[in-house]
Amino acid sequence: MSNSATLEKSAKEVPASNEVLANDVLVSLTNISKTYKKGKELVPVLTDINVKIQRGDFVALMGPSGSGKTTLLNLLGGLDNPSAGELIIAGQRIDKFSSSQLTKWRAQNVGFIFQFYNLMPVLSAEKNVELPLLLTNLTSKERKAHVAAALDLVGLADRAKHYPSELSGGQEQRVAIARALVSDPNLLLCDEPTGDLDRATADEILALMQELNQEQQKTIVMVTHDPRAADHARHTLHLDKGKLIQE
Amino acid sequence: MTFNWLSQIFIISLMNLRNIPQRWGTSSVAIFGVACVVGVFIAVLSMATGFQRTMSNAGSPNTVIIMRAGATSEMSSGLSYEQTQWISSLPGIEKNGEQLLSSAELFVVVDISKKTTNTSANVSLRGVMPAAFAVRDKFNIVEGRNFEPGKNELIVGRSAQKQFNNLAVGSSIKFGQTEWRVVGMFESGGGLAESELWCDAKILQAAYRRGNSFQTIRAKLISPSVLADLKAAVAADPKFNVDVKLETAYLSEQSAPMTKFIMGVGYPLAILMALGAIFGAINTMYTSVSTRTREIATLRALGFGAFPVAFSTLFESLVLAFVGGAIGSVVAYFLFNGYTVSTLNFASFSQVVFDFAVTPALVKQGVIFAAAIGFIGGLFPAIRAARLPVATALRDNG
Repeated sequence: MSNSATLEKSAKEVPASNEVLANDVLVSLTNISKTYKKGKELVPVLTDINVKIQRGDFVALMGPSGSGKTTLLNLLGGLDNPSAGELIIAGQRIDKFSSSQLTKWRAQNVGFIFQFYNLMPVLSAEKNVELPLLLTNLTSKERKAHVAAALDLVGLADRAKHYPSELSGGQEQRVAIARALVSDPNLLLCDEPTGDLDRATADEILALMQELNQEQQKTIVMVTHDPRAADHARHTLHLDKGKLIQE
Repeated sequence: MTFNWLSQIFIISLMNLRNIPQRWGTSSVAIFGVACVVGVFIAVLSMATGFQRTMSNAGSPNTVIIMRAGATSEMSSGLSYEQTQWISSLPGIEKNGEQLLSSAELFVVVDISKKTTNTSANVSLRGVMPAAFAVRDKFNIVEGRNFEPGKNELIVGRSAQKQFNNLAVGSSIKFGQTEWRVVGMFESGGGLAESELWCDAKILQAAYRRGNSFQTIRAKLISPSVLADLKAAVAADPKFNVDVKLETAYLSEQSAPMTKFIMGVGYPLAILMALGAIFGAINTMYTSVSTRTREIATLRALGFGAFPVAFSTLFESLVLAFVGGAIGSVVAYFLFNGYTVSTLNFASFSQVVFDFAVTPALVKQGVIFAAAIGFIGGLFPAIRAARLPVATALRDNG
């Protein structure tokens, strides 16, 4: 009951003053298609996707299993290339990028949050958060300051020295969020971020993400099966059989 | 950019290495495989090194060996008494007062049983002149006394005494119809002579009906630079009919067939074992990549490059191989270094007693060999790690 209440409260709390700026398009997908080869057959996964996502938006991506949600998220994150169409993020046409260009681009532009947190078990929370910063030119002192700020933002400043095995699922996901945020990326991509958490913890994480969107103006795209999680987003996109069916 | 790659390699390698305890089973198989290969590799080569060392320790750069022209070894050489006397007219041979430092010697092979197997083995019995001791640099009687000229007395090398029966000082031993008394034991810097038995040349000539003939002359030069003059003098006068060689060069020639034989057995054996170890390392590293699929994919998603991921996998393989190589080297050192064996020297058809020698150069070779196994074993798994499909691997539940 209390979970439900938290969810309703969070959904209602999206303030009008934080409306996404019109015409500040961060992500633009034009006629995006993705097919995979299965033997000699070409299997379409995404067909003719046309979407624009404004900077500062929080978009939930929903649909049944196999509808292409994760494939679309992977394209947005530069983890895969579309088979056809134009994909522009922050002014860069990433569908034309080579694999190594995409690798560098990811480091500078995207923060990932995964369902199973994907923390490095042999690194402490602060070292996990520091990972993306190792790809920058920041000094050790600057990196430490950024890590401390990110952990503080997710409420885990006192758990910096703890290893993932010493943290709860919710705390691990908070560390993962801190890792995604620490390099101040343009886009946060979340793949079922609450899929492995109980309801109460899931609500806490969703509330945190909502806070990041509203107060830090982070642009978030979140894949989810859970309609209550999607309620935290500003917009919801529905995919079915690789096609966008409604916004 | 380079710094960036280096820091990426460093952090990923550190994570890989910290992960090893979680994969201790497969990692220890790889380490054990490499340790075995390096251990056997070093053991076999330490045999060749020990043999070479024994042969080379016997030689002095100031000493020449003079044999019949065309003779390839002491066994096939023969010199008349006159030839040995003409040597005194040759230039460059050192003198001790009025006495030339040259020793005419003869050499026969006798049967003695080995302590380890009680099977008979050929042992060199050398008849020498009194100057023989001054010609050899490192000769020293360490037990008993020298033989007396004109008596059936023997002095025996330390290695020979250690390896063969009935050579204790004070004991008697019979070769053919002649009984010999062992009166002393000598060292010669660990060289070939320590595998031999020595006696008075005249007595040996009589015992083996050699008349007044010899097989070689060993002579000490004033300095190595006079060798050319000596050779020229010998070549200028056909009555000599001898070849002059530096003792070191001669012994190097003599050791070559055995060294080649040991290497010929050792290298293929080591390579065959290495193939097994490489498969062990490949299996370990594929397991390593497989158990870290999601970690690798996460790093790649965060922006870590394919090359640092591949290189760090290779680095882990090299570290495991290095640990295996170090263990193999240490075990080989403690098991084999100084281990005494005897083998037939093809050139003299007699036993050479030598110690296995695990030298720093051999350990270095062993570590390089281990690194090669680690490199080959890690290469394909590293390529797999670099080519991991990130999007799919991120959902790996392993």
